[in-house]
Amino acid sequence: MSITQTPKPRVITSEPRFSDKVFRAVVTAGGLSSLFILALIAFFLVYNGFEVFRDEGLKFLTGFDWIDALPDEGLPASYGLGAMLYGTLVIGLLAVIFGVPVAVGTALFLSYYAPEWLKKPMVLIIDVMAAIPSVVFGLWGYFILMPHAEYWAKLIHKYLGFIPIFDMPANAFSRSPFIAGLVLAIMIIPIVTSISREVFAQTPLDRIQAAYALGATKWAMIKAVVFPYGSGGVIGGAMLGLGRALGETVAVYTVLNLVYDIRIEVLLSAGGSVASMIVNKFGEADAVELQALMAAGFVLFLVTLFVNFIANIIINRTARKG
Amino acid sequence: MSALLEKPLPSKPWQPKPKNLIPEILGALFTALSTFLIVGFSPLKGTLGFTVVLIIMAVLTASVVSGLRRDRKAAWNSTTTVLVYVAAAFVVVPLISLLYEIIRKGVGGFSLGIFTKDMSLSASDSPLSEGGLLHAVVGTVYLVLLASLFSTPIGILAALYIVEVKGKFAGLVRFFVQAMSGIPSIVAGLFIYAIWMINLGNSYNAVAGAMALAILMIPTVARTSEEVLKLIPTDLREAGLALGATQWRTVAMIVIPAARSGLVTAIILGIARIAGETAPLLLTIGGADALNLNPFSGNNSALPYYVWKNYGLGNELSIQRAWLGVFVLMIVVFIFFSLARYFGATKDRKGK
Repeated sequence: MSITQTPKPRVITSEPRFSDKVFRAVVTAGGLSSLFILALIAFFLVYNGFEVFRDEGLKFLTGFDWIDALPDEGLPASYGLGAMLYGTLVIGLLAVIFGVPVAVGTALFLSYYAPEWLKKPMVLIIDVMAAIPSVVFGLWGYFILMPHAEYWAKLIHKYLGFIPIFDMPANAFSRSPFIAGLVLAIMIIPIVTSISREVFAQTPLDRIQAAYALGATKWAMIKAVVFPYGSGGVIGGAMLGLGRALGETVAVYTVLNLVYDIRIEVLLSAGGSVASMIVNKFGEADAVELQALMAAGFVLFLVTLFVNFIANIIINRTARKG
Repeated sequence: MSALLEKPLPSKPWQPKPKNLIPEILGALFTALSTFLIVGFSPLKGTLGFTVVLIIMAVLTASVVSGLRRDRKAAWNSTTTVLVYVAAAFVVVPLISLLYEIIRKGVGGFSLGIFTKDMSLSASDSPLSEGGLLHAVVGTVYLVLLASLFSTPIGILAALYIVEVKGKFAGLVRFFVQAMSGIPSIVAGLFIYAIWMINLGNSYNAVAGAMALAILMIPTVARTSEEVLKLIPTDLREAGLALGATQWRTVAMIVIPAARSGLVTAIILGIARIAGETAPLLLTIGGADALNLNPFSGNNSALPYYVWKNYGLGNELSIQRAWLGVFVLMIVVFIFFSLARYFGATKDRKGK
């Protein structure tokens, strides 16, 4: 009885085991859930704000009024986000104008100027700034910065008042877009600085040394090598900062006076911010106004998502080049 | 022979000699002196005038000195150097002012008693010795715990998907997680309000707040975890697979234990990010003056909410309370901030 049974040939397969299939399914579900959440946010804001979008149409973006319906007097509701959108853009741009030069200077300082012993504490300072909650910035901005900033605004008005944007139709310097821009500038400095620093760190060392070897001063080197390499990243960082500034709520609420009007005077105590307006109106909103707020939230969501998309595309492209 | 044995002294020709520092010290002295003189004898006054004059004089002195010693390019280089230092100083000033004011205004009302009482029996304008912020601290603890509970699995799974599974949508997920970190906090609050209160008919409670915070926490956790997982050497994974382990066992038994401290850092960084968020809470937790130990029902409070509410009440004592709340909130944030740095640092040391 010598039966030689050849064992069945082992099946060689790249088919993952059952446990791996489960593992991959779970991880994929987890990974895609962030996309799912974003989609849910968009869906539920649109779903709840749908009627306002339908009734107002494009006027929702361009109109200036935010008036609740007065059924007793037969007045319909009218919701327009135009003034708030404009105001949001103004304070966001002011924040970028004030904040980005300082942030880029700080990034340059950390990358090329600072002595070794100063680098670590300086990075710590930037990290601490990034960790401070916005409500704290709001309180500080209102109670501490505002008295100083009002004085600065008065000086600017006194000496540059002939320029239309620094003109003052009324003597009201507090809670202006100028001050909100200053507070936002301080809040976006950490992120712009850290992105710029990351980008500057990727500047090829041989180019830097080549510039020095050709006798360039430090600034000439930065202008010839660092900026051309890092400009994309700095722009991306600035846009990321802009995105943060556009969506900032609580800090802006404390230092900005919301007025439903488009004014070019940035020193005047009248500005707008979609995010702050939502908080401002939320407390006393009826069902219809709540829908308008949802619609406003959707617009804000789209705007910030768009700015962030562009910023991330620019940053990723710059980072890959390095 | 002895001449050969003489060791040459290390020389660093690139380092400035004391002699080279003389013009710089003289320049600094000149800047300081001229600033004092100008501020003293001109209508410019106050901190603002002093700062502006100091910056102008520093730029002028630096550029003139190096312009005379070398050429125009050197002068321009000195100008920009001074401006870069000024930019760095501008970053430090607000932070110092902020921390100084928080301590100055917050420490006055601070006592251990505030952690044992809530505001249910005290009016907003009663002295600070009455009432406390126990309810807010408890609310914040609930919010942070629940938000971590919701966001940690999603965040880490997203990181695993990008780094370990490398699925079809890895690039897309990465991109959207990046974009998600830019969602305004108020939008997260509105979303939870829409889905949880309007469409599902629940009322204010801590769980709703935690869900809104989790949306803001997911990107931080996911992105930090992703960085950490990328640092784990591929050798470890290959070793696991070569021993016949499935991918699941490799990740669970090798990769995650190796990345543990980094993942903890990711969670703590996420907590530091959300602990002070205010805007979403205004729309979701409802606010309360009394201690509410049940996170699943009833209005709750939180430290940022407490600050916001007392600031909004606007009387002198409530604003003192707001600063006290800021002080406590900053202590909480700094504890998490230091923890994150501590765990992050130990990870680095191991890496080396």
